[in-house]
Amino acid sequence: MSAVAVLKLATPPAKAEPAAAKAVAQPASAEVPAPTLEPTTMAPATQPGERLREVLRVVIPPLFGIALMIGIWALVAIKSGNIPGPDKTWAAARVLFADPFYRNGPNDQGIGWNVLSSLQRVGIGFGFAALVGIPMGFLLGRFAFMNRMFEPIISLLRPVSPLAWLPIGLLVFQKADPAATWTIFICSIWPMILNTAQGVQRVPQDYLNVARVLGLSEAKVITKILFPAVLPYMLTGIRLSIGTAWLVIVAAEMLTGGVGIGFWVWDEWNNLKVEHIVIAIFVIGIVGLALETMLLMLAKRFSYESR
Amino acid sequence: MNKPIVKIENVGQTFNTKSGKFTALRDINLDVSEGEVVTLIGHSGCGKSTLLNLIAGLSLPSSGVLLCDGREIAGPGPERSVVFQNHSLLPWMTCFENVMLGVERVFGRKEGMPKLKARVAAALDMVHMDHASGKYPHEISGGMKQRVGIARAFAMEPKLLLMDEPFGALDALTRAALQDELNGVMAKTGATVVMVTHDVDEAVLLSDRIVMMTNGPAATIGEIVDVKLERPRDRLELAHDTRFADYRAAVFEFLYRKQLKKAA
Ligand SMILES: Nc1ncnc2c1ncn2[C@@H]1O[C@H](COP(=O)(O)OP(=O)(O)OP(=O)(O)O)[C@@H](O)[C@H]1O
Ligand SMILES: [Mg+2]
Repeated sequence: MSAVAVLKLATPPAKAEPAAAKAVAQPASAEVPAPTLEPTTMAPATQPGERLREVLRVVIPPLFGIALMIGIWALVAIKSGNIPGPDKTWAAARVLFADPFYRNGPNDQGIGWNVLSSLQRVGIGFGFAALVGIPMGFLLGRFAFMNRMFEPIISLLRPVSPLAWLPIGLLVFQKADPAATWTIFICSIWPMILNTAQGVQRVPQDYLNVARVLGLSEAKVITKILFPAVLPYMLTGIRLSIGTAWLVIVAAEMLTGGVGIGFWVWDEWNNLKVEHIVIAIFVIGIVGLALETMLLMLAKRFSYESR
Repeated sequence: MNKPIVKIENVGQTFNTKSGKFTALRDINLDVSEGEVVTLIGHSGCGKSTLLNLIAGLSLPSSGVLLCDGREIAGPGPERSVVFQNHSLLPWMTCFENVMLGVERVFGRKEGMPKLKARVAAALDMVHMDHASGKYPHEISGGMKQRVGIARAFAMEPKLLLMDEPFGALDALTRAALQDELNGVMAKTGATVVMVTHDVDEAVLLSDRIVMMTNGPAATIGEIVDVKLERPRDRLELAHDTRFADYRAAVFEFLYRKQLKKAA
């Protein structure tokens, strides 16, 4: 894991914008569940032959992509000799996933436990970041003074790799586990603050004028106007945060040890079980994808048509 | 004449812009009486919205004073409700909830939920939108949204209703239908209305007085036309009425001869 990669994904404001706009534009109203159907099922009038072609068009290219990847992987494995090929990895994976939740002492646990404890760290660090970051974002968005006050601090700290904060965490908490959670907190909080603040600043003046003309109380303004208007931006912040957190946790655990998917990768490297590392890469990718998809669906659920 | 609800005295509005001060309005003097329908008409950019926002209390004048019911207008208030040009319904609420938001604010203290709900239903019924009360704004057409916006404003039973080009974004047919609807609602409620428009026919059809503004910058009231057509007004009958044509001609005369906008 290179620090550059972390940095790139930890700088959200430019990227956050189109993502947020997209979230707003998605056509799911508050009570209609997000439509997850393929376009094929939405056009019942088409002929069966046409539908088949449509399905093929959706399914075939990804299959080709996956096949290509496996092919290249197999070639590389044959050429290099020490990288395990798809067959060897598959065999190892079957053994590994036959019993993902075993426990042989603190340093030898099933891959399931490792993934879960990484997720737990991400959850806790991220939860605290949300607790602090979302109210902060509201303050920064609502009060120009606060915004100017915190802007230099945030601009200075945001580009720092969260791993640089790890020693501080170790020093303060005196333990590896909360220190890893601490890095997650640090990397999650920036997108959360910035996206929420941006959302608050972008609440259309029209809506605020409606609030003023109706003479709504400050509490009503927050619950009925600010919060629903900001929610899509907040969810974008959350999605970016979780993505970054999942990147960072692997690196942090490599450094801190304990139980976790990052540590597990490092441990298997020390055991020279390269096929397990390949499996870990897939597992990390799939979990990351699942987190992202879940949050996208959530965002869809809470988005509204702006016009 | 009835007692005035709104008094505008020597009002001027100056904005601070990047290129210095910009005087949008000067020397505005106008009284609006109870039950009267006044339209503001003038070329684009002359300051109609600026004047309406001043009456709404959304902004404060640089000079002069505005009074509503004898008290100085220092901010927005529910006794002066506004229909915005672009409906401004909140997209995360149903039509019913949008109307309820205002009703709750005005009557929530005194009345129970069933009564509030009845008020909302009545307001939606008045603009013939009762069938869509459970729908979200993006599920209904532009004209329907505008009707819900009007219902929201009327449901608050304001002393004064302010409308900024309420039908500006609509096609001619929908606009005509809504004008008739609005005429009916105004007759039923006896509302006092100040309305911005750039449609001469609309102004003659709906108003008791047409306030014509000079071109900006530093726009002011140029002339006022008293429309003495009896109500209820029927658009088809009026089409053959020479008085209607005369009023129309008077406004056109002002707008296109006396205040011809130099091609920008
Ligand atoms: N907040 C502001 N700051 C600076 N200038 C402003 C501001 N609001 C309005 N103006 C200027 O005041 C003038 C009048 O604007 P206003 O919106 O009232 O025009 P209008 O008559 O409503 O035009 P339209 O018919 O196009 O809606 C314009 O020249 C506009 O540029
Ligand atoms: Mg205007």
